[in-house]
Amino acid sequence: MKKGQFILSVLVANHAGVLTRISGLFSRRNFNIDSLNVAVTEDPLFSRMTIIARGDEAVQEQITKQLDKLHDVKKIELLTPEKTVLREHLLLKIKVTKKTRGEIVESVNIFRGRVVDFNLDSLTVEVTGESDKLDAFIKFVSQFGILEMCRAGALAVKRGAMADDSDK
Amino acid sequence: MKATGTKVIIETLIEQGCDTVFGYPGGAVLNIYDELYRNSNKIHHVISAHEQGAAHAADAYARVTGKAGVVIATSGPGATNLVTGIANAYLDSSPIVAITGNVALPLLGKDSFQEVDITGITMPITKHNYIVKDVNELADVIREAFKIAQSGRPGPVLIDVPKDVQTAVCDFENKKPEKMERICSVTEKQLEQVAKLISESERPYIYCGGGVVISQAGEEIEKLAAKIDSPIGFSMMGLSAVSADNPYWLGMTGMHGRYASTKANSEADLIIAAGVRFSDRATGNKSRYTQYAKVVHIDIDPAEIDKNISAYFGLIGDVKTVLTKLLAKLEKKTHTQWMDKIQQMRIQEGIQFVKDGVMHPKDIIEKVMEYTDENTIVATDVGQHQMWVAQYYRFKKPRTYLTSGGLGTMGFGMGAAIGGCFASGCKKTVLFTGDGSFGMNLNEMATAVSNNLPLVILIFNNGVLGMVRQWQNTFYDQRYSQTTLNRKTDFVKLAEAFGATGFRVMDIKMLKEALDTAFKTQGPVVIDCSISQDEKVLPMIPPGGSIDNIITR
Repeated sequence: MKKGQFILSVLVANHAGVLTRISGLFSRRNFNIDSLNVAVTEDPLFSRMTIIARGDEAVQEQITKQLDKLHDVKKIELLTPEKTVLREHLLLKIKVTKKTRGEIVESVNIFRGRVVDFNLDSLTVEVTGESDKLDAFIKFVSQFGILEMCRAGALAVKRGAMADDSDK
Repeated sequence: MKATGTKVIIETLIEQGCDTVFGYPGGAVLNIYDELYRNSNKIHHVISAHEQGAAHAADAYARVTGKAGVVIATSGPGATNLVTGIANAYLDSSPIVAITGNVALPLLGKDSFQEVDITGITMPITKHNYIVKDVNELADVIREAFKIAQSGRPGPVLIDVPKDVQTAVCDFENKKPEKMERICSVTEKQLEQVAKLISESERPYIYCGGGVVISQAGEEIEKLAAKIDSPIGFSMMGLSAVSADNPYWLGMTGMHGRYASTKANSEADLIIAAGVRFSDRATGNKSRYTQYAKVVHIDIDPAEIDKNISAYFGLIGDVKTVLTKLLAKLEKKTHTQWMDKIQQMRIQEGIQFVKDGVMHPKDIIEKVMEYTDENTIVATDVGQHQMWVAQYYRFKKPRTYLTSGGLGTMGFGMGAAIGGCFASGCKKTVLFTGDGSFGMNLNEMATAVSNNLPLVILIFNNGVLGMVRQWQNTFYDQRYSQTTLNRKTDFVKLAEAFGATGFRVMDIKMLKEALDTAFKTQGPVVIDCSISQDEKVLPMIPPGGSIDNIITR
């Protein structure tokens, strides 16, 4: 987590236009989204959004309250980094030669990543972890040449017992 | 029973207690209008000259009656013409339900004739909106729309209904509308803490906003003022909440507020703010605004607490409910010194006011007040005339004052006067407007004449866009860019062309004669009042300024 960032886990109604409503609210109220992830939950009526946003306490409070006013928003949780499992996912296509292949595969192993596609002159790898870990990996392998990069926004779940979904 | 989508729409509207709708027919709502035709004994439809006028009328209807105003428009341009009206209702928390037709489902997304994504367009200016793609969901969507529009902090809701959903058939049963609960999440402990804060205050100031009007909490505000011996100031939206005859009444505060109200606001040690959102027009420089004062902020919308002004205490709930609970905890107080000071401010305010010229706007407003009573609905447009009305018209009853506060919509007035007039049971209704604002939606004169509405329309005619000109005069070295209209429009002939009556008045004597006739005439009357183009709205606090920078002459 970078300075000033915070994590919102938002349970929303799963129907068309909800993503626009949420992202529209952020831009209209002049708030920043650093990353946003959305997918349907175990209950097909609801989707879960994980939003990483930035701002001081006042901004945090305003974002939470304004989101709460949207009819499609069912529940909002402000997650604290210490009590949260946070994961990002990275897919990276790296340029390889016979000489560099060994070193690259070794670094993928150190970062607990996996090689998912293999070619004469390229390797595609996936790495999962917190933001800093992915940044470190990208920085290291950039010396070999990055051909393509695809990185998903953060997913976050509170540690410990199940989140209270009684609001449903 | 089996019903078509349009039957469902009309039946649920009736079920929700709707007896008047405003709108304009078109291709995508032909079926709805066909159903309206068959139910014209149950729902009275008022056709406007332009959908914007219909939207403002529905907004005004809601402001006067307290229940949702309904507006119907066709797809495409019909729907986009509603946009300003919906935004206006959103900014002023007015409950309207807008129903738009859209092209049939298979044509959606194909750039079909008169197709726009009106739910996408209105997303940021509605409390919620829908596109209904399944006729089975239509009835409950309309019920939910009314509930959302009218509950909590009210606001507009739009329902877009594709044409084939209107003709599709489904099962339908009538349901009773849900009762609206008054929300209050305030705890005993909070109330005690606020009561303590109030008892310690030496210079309290009650700041009353539109939420007090919506919540019908004027009586509680008056009780509060009497109990803690505190003056009452108002945001523009709050003006009619308490009668101007109340001894604690100071009138509007802020950029063009009355001097005593703004001065007292800035010198208070405690601001008890009820149903306000601390607009930049009301506060000016925010750090100066709360320099000496702690703020107790009462509002039904939790997001308003700490949004613009940090509250020392936020009490979340319906204003009337919160105040009733708070009143029970308060001791009787007197603040002789503070009230003496307030009296001095009032005297100062009186001395400051200097008028010249033949017919000052204040004179016009005061003359009109001789003809109106406390129940008369008064609408305004936007600009200098609006500020003069806010400063000088003495409102006595809530829901009698229709003005565009948050959005500042020039052209609001004609639609608003029409909607307000219908809501009052077609009683005499007054519209104060300017030559600029009137020019924006004067097409609605046709609506007023067709319905023989008893509107008295006073045009404050200075031949210029006065408010912008005033800023150009004060802040732009008198470079009057595009504000000197001096149009050749003859408003008397124009009124007559529409089928109304028109007068041009140059002084108060002529105004009296015109008003004598106007208040006896059945249909709409336009009175074109000639005023000086250099008349300014005073006092004025420059944007971002405070009482320290007030311009009084």
